[in-house]
Amino acid sequence: MAIDPMKEIRASFFGECDELVERLQDALNHMADGTSDAETINDVFRAVHSIKGGAGAFDLTALVAFAHRFETVMDALRSGSIAADNALIKGLFQATDGLIDVIAAARDDGPCPPGSDATLALIEAFLPEGAPRSPDGPEPVGFEPLAMTLQLGDMPAPGLSTADAIQPETGGDPAAAASQDPGWVIFFRPHAALYASGNEPLLLLSALRRLGTLTVDCDVSGLPDWADLQAEDAYLSWTLTLISTAAEDEVLDVFDFVTDVCDLNLSRTGEVAGVCPGQPSGKAAGDTRSWGTRTPDRQAGNDAVSQIRPAPAPVPLPQAAADRAPSEAAATVRVDLDRIDRLVNLVGEIVINHAMLAQCIARAGIDRNSDVARGLDAVIALTRDVQDSVMMIRAQPVKPLFQRMARIVREASAAVGKDVRLVTEGEATEIDKTVIERLSDPLTHIIRNAVDHGLERPDVRVATGKSPLGTITLRAQHRSGRVLIEVSDDGGGIDRRKVLDIARRKGLIADDAAPGNAEIDALLFQPGFSTSATVTALSGRGVGMDVVRRAVQSLGGRIAVRSEPGQGTTLSISLPLTLAVLDGMLVGVGDQTMVVPLTAVIETSKLTPDDLCPLAGSGMVARLRGEFMPLCDLGAELGFRSPLGTGEGRIVLLTQTDDGSRAALIVDTIIEQRQVVIKGLERTFGSIPGVAAATILGDGQIALILDPSEIVRQSRIRGGTARQPDEFRLSGNLQRAG
Amino acid sequence: MSRCVLAVDDSRTIRDMLTYALTGAGFTVHLAEDGQHGLEVLAGLHPDVIISDINMPRLDGFGFIEAVRAIDRLRAIPILVLTTESAPEMKARARAAGATGWVVKPFDPPKLVRALEMVSG
Repeated sequence: MAIDPMKEIRASFFGECDELVERLQDALNHMADGTSDAETINDVFRAVHSIKGGAGAFDLTALVAFAHRFETVMDALRSGSIAADNALIKGLFQATDGLIDVIAAARDDGPCPPGSDATLALIEAFLPEGAPRSPDGPEPVGFEPLAMTLQLGDMPAPGLSTADAIQPETGGDPAAAASQDPGWVIFFRPHAALYASGNEPLLLLSALRRLGTLTVDCDVSGLPDWADLQAEDAYLSWTLTLISTAAEDEVLDVFDFVTDVCDLNLSRTGEVAGVCPGQPSGKAAGDTRSWGTRTPDRQAGNDAVSQIRPAPAPVPLPQAAADRAPSEAAATVRVDLDRIDRLVNLVGEIVINHAMLAQCIARAGIDRNSDVARGLDAVIALTRDVQDSVMMIRAQPVKPLFQRMARIVREASAAVGKDVRLVTEGEATEIDKTVIERLSDPLTHIIRNAVDHGLERPDVRVATGKSPLGTITLRAQHRSGRVLIEVSDDGGGIDRRKVLDIARRKGLIADDAAPGNAEIDALLFQPGFSTSATVTALSGRGVGMDVVRRAVQSLGGRIAVRSEPGQGTTLSISLPLTLAVLDGMLVGVGDQTMVVPLTAVIETSKLTPDDLCPLAGSGMVARLRGEFMPLCDLGAELGFRSPLGTGEGRIVLLTQTDDGSRAALIVDTIIEQRQVVIKGLERTFGSIPGVAAATILGDGQIALILDPSEIVRQSRIRGGTARQPDEFRLSGNLQRAG
Repeated sequence: MSRCVLAVDDSRTIRDMLTYALTGAGFTVHLAEDGQHGLEVLAGLHPDVIISDINMPRLDGFGFIEAVRAIDRLRAIPILVLTTESAPEMKARARAAGATGWVVKPFDPPKLVRALEMVSG
């Protein structure tokens, strides 16, 4: 095996931990909603129990210890010795958060996170007086750190006979063994239960024989007449003489599974046998015939028995639970992300190739309704399906992300002393894995803001006739090819007067400006804006919503806010389904075709003389929709040509840059709007300011995907001096480099 | 001939480890995720030995063993319980349900193989 299978299983264990924690949180949520039925509590118990079991296998002692203490509390809950009240459920949520931390620490081989003991003490406080609290007592049975070493060398190779491989023969030379250590005399009489539990005396005898030289005497005197024979009863007993150096433990080990279902007596050879309570004493030697290792044919006996004793009634299966868990855990395959990315890229190539082929067909003058053209259309339809399916592989439900946010809400609300309930909707909505990962930080920030600034203090809420319990709703849904994620609170809404005040004081807007509601709300995303008068420990760390917006934009997303005084605030994030394709506007600049991400374009316009205002020192600025903004001639900016006149009559793209300011980009033509496959340039060319990536057009030409914010920023820094000519010109028809 | 074992455990990690340990020791391993699933698998399988967890959703190990013992053709099949608890009452319950023997988790693969061979021959 090329890869270490134990490493794989370990990785898979942590994957399973995530699923179990998810299930655990689901069950706790049910409990918080008032359904603390036995099955729900059992779900929690089982999840913790499974984590403990797996952790034990990998010798993760800290995790085992944590899970065990958690489990002890769940066990008390399960047995009904404590009740699931709100305080305990809250504690269990915290313990789950602690468990997540301990799992993370175990995964990274890090130290056990501080505070885990306090968390456990919190829930253990609910245990009844005198109940065993495991940490003080001895290590739980069966959890002595037992390192998992899978050295197959220790195990019998498939081809070897068991006697050779299982255990080294203890008594290699029987004669020598006998002289040093005479061995053992074992009296063994199975009860009927031994057979009923699937045990087999013959196998026990074989196991004994592996310890040394075995002489077997079977006592058949207990056998009744054939007519009275009950096939299911036990009539035989054995006296076994084992010449071996094996210790008592080793011999008893053989009978480990059957000690409760047989009479067993062990004595040293030479000692007086007969201490055994049930042993038939005074049996004449003649009664004990030597049967060797033969035993009655148990299989035949059992077949006969089935008619004698009525079979136990089949166990009724809990039907209610039948539609639960396992069906959810669909079969999965662990695949390296690189392989999927390669597949995504290849499908992108097919899309490009198709576009090229379509152009060839058009150039060859073949009728659009011909079989060839129609066939090609069918191919592209299939290709798009493949593309969607491949994207789906990378897609993951937002549920784990939402569950992490539940934790943020718990921690944040505890920190500011507010009671907050998180409601989640659309947890099954799937988004690209990378998007989910990179969404975590901005979402955390938004949630903290909602708890800290969005929701009022409980006394204020009560005064305005609301429940003191604040609600934050986290919602995900698909909407027209994008994913919409919304965070709503039922707080007081944005205090627009206060926002305006602060914006004026900080010089973000002019004193005499009278912005509309939407514009005021948009001020929240301005850099350096923070409404909290006092910097709270929670969300006022100088990181504003502008950072959130930038993070969302870097994912090709947009963020918007709407608010109703007294009703609450909703922040909505709209994201593309994948990062591999992008909605772009194809524009002509000089003799080049360029792509501007559609998310950056607010509107397009044609400049009239009224739109242009001369500005001392730096030429013209544009005035569009009542706002002044710099004009940036892309052709000149990229060094394709010198600036053309004042810009009158030219086409401009109104773009919004990362800092929220706007700029007008002059382009020569607008070609079309379409999806393009993103091809990274950084690996080959390094990071180029103003160029985000490249794409390949249908005719095989490479087109650069521009980063308008960066271009405008660069233009401002240079104060209007154009770049060196040809810096951005792709040499003629640069053929695809691959 | 390779011996056939059915391993029933709701933890994927444990199933993976059982598969790895037992396949390496020459067993053919079949898997089930809980007792209910185990019974479904047994409808089309006659393994030489069964390993079962106790704490499982839908149908736990005790219920599973009792149900297996109630099937004529499987009533004598060796069943090992794989459990995290080695408390005597646990063993007694498993025995009452019809378990042949037990192995304590975390299991030691050579020991597990020995136990399997002990009960299945």
